[in-house]
Amino acid sequence: MSDYASHRESDGHAGPGYGTYVAVWAVLLALTALLVLLSRFGQRAAVAGLLTITPVKAALVFYYFMHLRYERALLKGVLIVTLGTLLIFFGLTYADVAFR
Amino acid sequence: MNAPAHGEHHDPFAAKLGMWLFLVTEILLFGGLFIAYSYMRARYPHEFHHAGGSLSIPIGVANTAVLLTSSLTMVLAVAAAHRGNLKRSLLLTWSTVALGGLFLVNKGFEWAAKFHHGVYPNSDHMASLPAGERVFFGLYFSMTGLHAAHVIAGMAVLSVLAILIAKGRIGARNPVVLENGGLYWHLVDVVWIYLLPLFYLAA
Repeated sequence: MSDYASHRESDGHAGPGYGTYVAVWAVLLALTALLVLLSRFGQRAAVAGLLTITPVKAALVFYYFMHLRYERALLKGVLIVTLGTLLIFFGLTYADVAFR
Repeated sequence: MNAPAHGEHHDPFAAKLGMWLFLVTEILLFGGLFIAYSYMRARYPHEFHHAGGSLSIPIGVANTAVLLTSSLTMVLAVAAAHRGNLKRSLLLTWSTVALGGLFLVNKGFEWAAKFHHGVYPNSDHMASLPAGERVFFGLYFSMTGLHAAHVIAGMAVLSVLAILIAKGRIGARNPVVLENGGLYWHLVDVVWIYLLPLFYLAA
Protein backbone atom coordinates (compact mmCIF):
# COMPACT_ATOMS: atom_id res chain seq x y z
CA MET A 1 0.00 0.00 0.00
CA SER A 2 1.61 3.25 -0.99
CA ASP A 3 1.47 6.25 1.32
CA TYR A 4 -0.76 7.97 -1.13
CA ALA A 5 -3.30 5.18 -1.36
CA SER A 6 -3.42 4.67 2.40
CA HIS A 7 -3.80 8.40 2.88
CA ARG A 8 -6.69 8.46 0.44
CA GLU A 9 -8.35 5.51 2.06
CA SER A 10 -8.16 7.13 5.44
CA ASP A 11 -10.15 9.98 3.92
CA GLY A 12 -12.72 7.56 2.60
CA HIS A 13 -11.63 6.12 -0.70
CA ALA A 14 -14.20 7.88 -2.82
CA GLY A 15 -13.56 11.35 -1.43
CA PRO A 16 -16.39 13.71 -0.56
CA GLY A 17 -19.90 13.01 -1.80
CA TYR A 18 -21.62 14.60 -4.77
CA GLY A 19 -23.53 16.87 -2.42
CA THR A 20 -20.38 18.64 -1.22
CA TYR A 21 -19.46 19.56 -4.79
CA VAL A 22 -22.95 20.78 -5.63
CA ALA A 23 -22.90 22.94 -2.50
CA VAL A 24 -19.51 24.43 -3.45
CA TRP A 25 -20.85 25.14 -6.95
CA ALA A 26 -23.90 26.92 -5.49
CA VAL A 27 -21.65 29.05 -3.27
CA LEU A 28 -19.47 29.92 -6.30
CA LEU A 29 -22.54 31.08 -8.24
CA ALA A 30 -23.77 33.08 -5.24
CA LEU A 31 -20.37 34.76 -4.83
CA THR A 32 -20.41 35.63 -8.55
CA ALA A 33 -23.83 37.24 -8.13
CA LEU A 34 -22.52 39.16 -5.11
CA LEU A 35 -19.51 40.34 -7.11
CA VAL A 36 -21.73 41.61 -9.92
CA LEU A 37 -24.06 43.31 -7.45
CA LEU A 38 -21.13 44.97 -5.67
CA SER A 39 -19.68 46.29 -8.93
CA ARG A 40 -22.89 48.26 -9.51
CA PHE A 41 -21.92 50.50 -6.60
CA GLY A 42 -19.01 51.99 -8.50
CA GLN A 43 -15.33 51.48 -9.07
CA ARG A 44 -14.16 51.27 -5.48
CA ALA A 45 -16.71 48.62 -4.60
CA ALA A 46 -15.87 46.67 -7.78
CA VAL A 47 -12.16 46.69 -7.00
CA ALA A 48 -12.86 45.74 -3.38
CA GLY A 49 -14.90 42.80 -4.69
CA LEU A 50 -12.10 41.84 -7.06
CA LEU A 51 -9.58 41.78 -4.23
CA THR A 52 -11.76 39.91 -1.72
CA ILE A 53 -14.47 37.79 -3.34
CA THR A 54 -12.40 36.60 -6.31
CA PRO A 55 -9.61 35.04 -4.23
CA VAL A 56 -12.27 33.30 -2.11
CA LYS A 57 -13.82 31.82 -5.27
CA ALA A 58 -10.41 30.69 -6.53
CA ALA A 59 -9.62 29.18 -3.12
CA LEU A 60 -12.90 27.21 -3.15
CA VAL A 61 -12.02 25.75 -6.55
CA PHE A 62 -8.48 24.90 -5.44
CA TYR A 63 -9.59 23.50 -2.10
CA TYR A 64 -12.59 21.41 -3.10
CA PHE A 65 -12.74 20.90 -6.88
CA MET A 66 -8.97 20.51 -7.21
CA HIS A 67 -8.98 18.38 -4.09
CA LEU A 68 -6.21 20.24 -2.25
CA ARG A 69 -8.12 19.91 0.98
CA TYR A 70 -7.54 16.17 0.83
CA GLU A 71 -3.95 16.24 -0.42
CA ARG A 72 -0.64 16.01 1.39
CA ALA A 73 1.29 19.10 2.48
CA LEU A 74 3.69 18.79 -0.47
CA LEU A 75 1.03 19.64 -3.08
CA LYS A 76 -0.29 22.51 -0.97
CA GLY A 77 3.30 23.73 -0.58
CA VAL A 78 3.88 23.73 -4.34
CA LEU A 79 0.89 26.02 -4.85
CA ILE A 80 1.71 28.28 -1.91
CA VAL A 81 5.32 28.77 -3.08
CA THR A 82 4.03 29.64 -6.57
CA LEU A 83 1.46 32.14 -5.31
CA GLY A 84 4.10 33.62 -3.00
CA THR A 85 6.48 34.00 -5.94
CA LEU A 86 3.77 35.72 -7.96
CA LEU A 87 3.08 38.06 -5.05
CA ILE A 88 6.81 38.96 -4.89
CA PHE A 89 6.73 39.73 -8.63
CA PHE A 90 3.71 41.98 -8.05
CA GLY A 91 5.48 43.68 -5.16
CA LEU A 92 8.74 44.23 -7.03
CA THR A 93 6.92 45.58 -10.09
CA TYR A 94 5.05 48.10 -7.95
CA ALA A 95 8.20 49.02 -6.02
CA ASP A 96 9.87 49.78 -9.35
CA VAL A 97 6.94 51.75 -10.74
CA ALA A 98 6.39 53.73 -7.55
CA PHE A 99 9.95 55.08 -7.41
CA ARG A 100 10.44 56.03 -11.03
CA MET B 1 4.65 -1.17 -0.49
CA ASN B 2 6.26 2.18 -0.49
CA ALA B 3 7.88 1.57 -3.84
CA PRO B 4 5.58 0.05 -6.43
CA ALA B 5 6.31 -3.56 -7.26
CA HIS B 6 8.61 -4.05 -10.21
CA GLY B 7 6.77 -4.30 -13.44
CA GLU B 8 3.98 -2.14 -12.08
CA HIS B 9 4.38 1.50 -12.99
CA HIS B 10 1.57 3.14 -11.09
CA ASP B 11 2.47 5.96 -8.77
CA PRO B 12 -0.63 8.13 -8.57
CA PHE B 13 0.92 10.65 -6.21
CA ALA B 14 3.87 11.25 -8.55
CA ALA B 15 1.43 11.62 -11.45
CA LYS B 16 -0.50 14.22 -9.54
CA LEU B 17 2.63 16.04 -8.38
CA GLY B 18 3.80 16.22 -11.99
CA MET B 19 0.45 17.69 -13.02
CA TRP B 20 0.61 20.29 -10.26
CA LEU B 21 4.15 21.30 -11.28
CA PHE B 22 2.83 21.90 -14.78
CA LEU B 23 -0.17 23.81 -13.43
CA VAL B 24 2.01 26.20 -11.42
CA THR B 25 3.89 27.14 -14.59
CA GLU B 26 0.48 27.96 -16.07
CA ILE B 27 -0.31 30.11 -13.04
CA LEU B 28 2.92 32.04 -13.59
CA LEU B 29 2.18 32.38 -17.31
CA PHE B 30 -1.18 34.02 -16.63
CA GLY B 31 0.30 35.72 -13.57
CA GLY B 32 2.68 37.71 -15.76
CA LEU B 33 -0.29 38.97 -17.76
CA PHE B 34 -2.15 39.83 -14.55
CA ILE B 35 0.83 41.95 -13.48
CA ALA B 36 0.85 43.66 -16.89
CA TYR B 37 -2.88 44.32 -16.54
CA SER B 38 -2.64 45.80 -13.05
CA TYR B 39 0.27 48.06 -13.99
CA MET B 40 -1.48 49.32 -17.11
CA ARG B 41 -4.75 49.81 -15.26
CA ALA B 42 -2.95 51.92 -12.65
CA ARG B 43 -1.43 53.95 -15.47
CA TYR B 44 -4.61 54.44 -17.56
CA PRO B 45 -7.53 54.24 -15.09
CA HIS B 46 -9.94 56.38 -17.15
CA GLU B 47 -9.22 54.71 -20.47
CA PHE B 48 -9.63 51.26 -18.87
CA HIS B 49 -12.93 52.34 -17.34
CA HIS B 50 -14.23 53.67 -20.65
CA ALA B 51 -13.09 50.70 -22.73
CA GLY B 52 -14.27 48.20 -20.10
CA GLY B 53 -17.73 49.77 -20.28
CA SER B 54 -18.05 48.53 -23.87
CA LEU B 55 -17.96 44.87 -22.78
CA SER B 56 -21.26 43.11 -22.13
CA ILE B 57 -21.59 42.20 -18.45
CA PRO B 58 -24.50 39.76 -19.06
CA ILE B 59 -22.42 37.75 -21.56
CA GLY B 60 -19.40 37.75 -19.23
CA VAL B 61 -21.50 36.62 -16.27
CA ALA B 62 -23.35 33.99 -18.33
CA ASN B 63 -20.03 32.58 -19.45
CA THR B 64 -18.86 32.51 -15.84
CA ALA B 65 -21.92 30.46 -14.91
CA VAL B 66 -21.25 28.12 -17.85
CA LEU B 67 -17.64 27.57 -16.82
CA LEU B 68 -18.44 27.14 -13.11
CA THR B 69 -21.06 24.57 -14.05
CA SER B 70 -18.55 22.78 -16.29
CA SER B 71 -16.22 22.60 -13.30
CA LEU B 72 -19.04 20.97 -11.33
CA THR B 73 -19.70 18.35 -14.04
CA MET B 74 -15.93 17.72 -14.18
CA VAL B 75 -15.51 17.13 -10.47
CA LEU B 76 -18.63 14.94 -10.46
CA ALA B 77 -17.18 12.93 -13.36
CA VAL B 78 -14.10 12.23 -11.24
CA ALA B 79 -16.23 11.36 -8.20
CA ALA B 80 -18.34 8.99 -10.33
CA ALA B 81 -15.17 7.29 -11.65
CA HIS B 82 -13.97 6.81 -8.05
CA ARG B 83 -17.23 5.06 -7.29
CA GLY B 84 -16.91 2.86 -10.36
CA ASN B 85 -19.95 4.44 -11.98
CA LEU B 86 -18.33 4.74 -15.39
CA LYS B 87 -21.51 5.41 -17.34
CA ARG B 88 -22.22 8.46 -15.25
CA SER B 89 -18.56 9.51 -15.39
CA LEU B 90 -18.59 9.32 -19.18
CA LEU B 91 -21.79 11.35 -19.46
CA LEU B 92 -20.44 14.01 -17.09
CA THR B 93 -17.10 14.22 -18.93
CA TRP B 94 -18.87 14.79 -22.25
CA SER B 95 -21.13 17.36 -20.54
CA THR B 96 -17.99 19.20 -19.46
CA VAL B 97 -16.71 19.22 -23.04
CA ALA B 98 -20.11 20.48 -24.27
CA LEU B 99 -20.16 23.30 -21.70
CA GLY B 100 -16.64 24.26 -22.79
CA GLY B 101 -17.99 24.44 -26.34
CA LEU B 102 -20.88 26.64 -25.20
CA PHE B 103 -18.39 28.95 -23.51
CA LEU B 104 -16.41 29.26 -26.74
CA VAL B 105 -19.56 29.96 -28.80
CA ASN B 106 -20.46 32.83 -26.43
CA LYS B 107 -16.90 34.08 -26.56
CA GLY B 108 -17.00 33.86 -30.36
CA PHE B 109 -20.16 36.02 -30.52
CA GLU B 110 -18.54 38.49 -28.17
CA TRP B 111 -15.35 38.77 -30.20
CA ALA B 112 -17.35 38.92 -33.46
CA ALA B 113 -19.31 41.90 -32.10
CA LYS B 114 -16.07 43.65 -31.24
CA PHE B 115 -14.63 42.90 -34.70
CA HIS B 116 -17.86 44.23 -36.23
CA HIS B 117 -17.25 47.54 -34.47
CA GLY B 118 -13.73 47.61 -35.86
CA VAL B 119 -12.14 46.64 -32.55
CA TYR B 120 -9.51 44.03 -33.29
CA PRO B 121 -5.71 44.04 -33.07
CA ASN B 122 -4.06 46.38 -35.57
CA SER B 123 -7.35 47.73 -37.01
CA ASP B 124 -7.71 51.33 -38.23
CA HIS B 125 -10.32 51.99 -35.57
CA MET B 126 -8.01 50.68 -32.83
CA ALA B 127 -5.26 52.98 -34.09
CA SER B 128 -7.61 55.95 -33.63
CA LEU B 129 -8.30 55.11 -29.97
CA PRO B 130 -6.37 56.67 -27.07
CA ALA B 131 -3.26 54.70 -26.02
CA GLY B 132 -4.85 53.45 -22.79
CA GLU B 133 -7.85 51.97 -24.62
CA ARG B 134 -5.57 50.28 -27.15
CA VAL B 135 -3.70 48.72 -24.23
CA PHE B 136 -6.98 47.61 -22.65
CA PHE B 137 -8.21 45.87 -25.79
CA GLY B 138 -4.74 44.45 -26.44
CA LEU B 139 -4.78 42.85 -22.99
CA TYR B 140 -8.42 41.83 -23.43
CA PHE B 141 -7.73 39.97 -26.67
CA SER B 142 -4.46 38.39 -25.52
CA MET B 143 -5.70 37.27 -22.10
CA THR B 144 -9.14 36.02 -23.15
CA GLY B 145 -7.53 34.56 -26.31
CA LEU B 146 -4.90 32.67 -24.32
CA HIS B 147 -7.65 31.52 -21.98
CA ALA B 148 -9.80 30.36 -24.92
CA ALA B 149 -6.81 28.41 -26.27
CA HIS B 150 -6.67 26.67 -22.88
CA VAL B 151 -10.39 25.89 -23.07
CA ILE B 152 -9.84 24.31 -26.51
CA ALA B 153 -6.86 22.31 -25.20
CA GLY B 154 -8.92 21.22 -22.18
CA MET B 155 -11.78 20.08 -24.42
CA ALA B 156 -9.33 18.05 -26.51
CA VAL B 157 -7.81 16.43 -23.40
CA LEU B 158 -11.22 15.65 -21.91
CA SER B 159 -12.43 14.15 -25.20
CA VAL B 160 -9.48 11.75 -25.16
CA LEU B 161 -10.21 10.93 -21.51
CA ALA B 162 -13.87 10.28 -22.34
CA ILE B 163 -12.75 7.77 -24.97
CA LEU B 164 -10.45 6.13 -22.40
CA ILE B 165 -13.37 5.87 -19.96
CA ALA B 166 -15.51 4.28 -22.66
CA LYS B 167 -12.71 1.80 -23.39
CA GLY B 168 -12.45 0.90 -19.71
CA ARG B 169 -8.93 2.29 -19.36
CA ILE B 170 -10.04 4.69 -16.62
CA GLY B 171 -12.00 3.46 -13.63
CA ALA B 172 -12.20 3.20 -9.86
CA ARG B 173 -8.77 1.51 -9.74
CA ASN B 174 -6.98 3.93 -12.04
CA PRO B 175 -8.69 7.33 -11.98
CA VAL B 176 -5.56 9.48 -11.81
CA VAL B 177 -5.46 10.43 -15.52
CA LEU B 178 -9.03 11.69 -15.28
CA GLU B 179 -8.18 13.51 -12.03
CA ASN B 180 -5.28 15.24 -13.75
CA GLY B 181 -7.43 16.24 -16.74
CA GLY B 182 -9.90 17.61 -14.21
CA LEU B 183 -7.17 19.61 -12.46
CA TYR B 184 -6.31 21.28 -15.76
CA TRP B 185 -9.96 22.09 -16.43
CA HIS B 186 -10.41 23.60 -12.96
CA LEU B 187 -7.32 25.76 -13.38
CA VAL B 188 -8.77 27.14 -16.62
CA ASP B 189 -11.90 27.92 -14.60
CA VAL B 190 -9.85 29.72 -11.93
CA VAL B 191 -8.23 31.91 -14.60
CA TRP B 192 -11.69 32.91 -15.87
CA ILE B 193 -12.83 33.63 -12.29
CA TYR B 194 -10.17 36.37 -12.35
CA LEU B 195 -10.79 37.54 -15.92
CA LEU B 196 -14.46 38.33 -15.24
CA PRO B 197 -13.86 41.09 -12.69
CA LEU B 198 -10.68 42.33 -14.40
CA PHE B 199 -12.32 43.08 -17.74
CA TYR B 200 -16.07 43.21 -17.19
CA LEU B 201 -16.69 44.47 -13.66
CA ALA B 202 -13.80 46.41 -12.18
CA ALA B 203 -12.09 47.96 -15.22
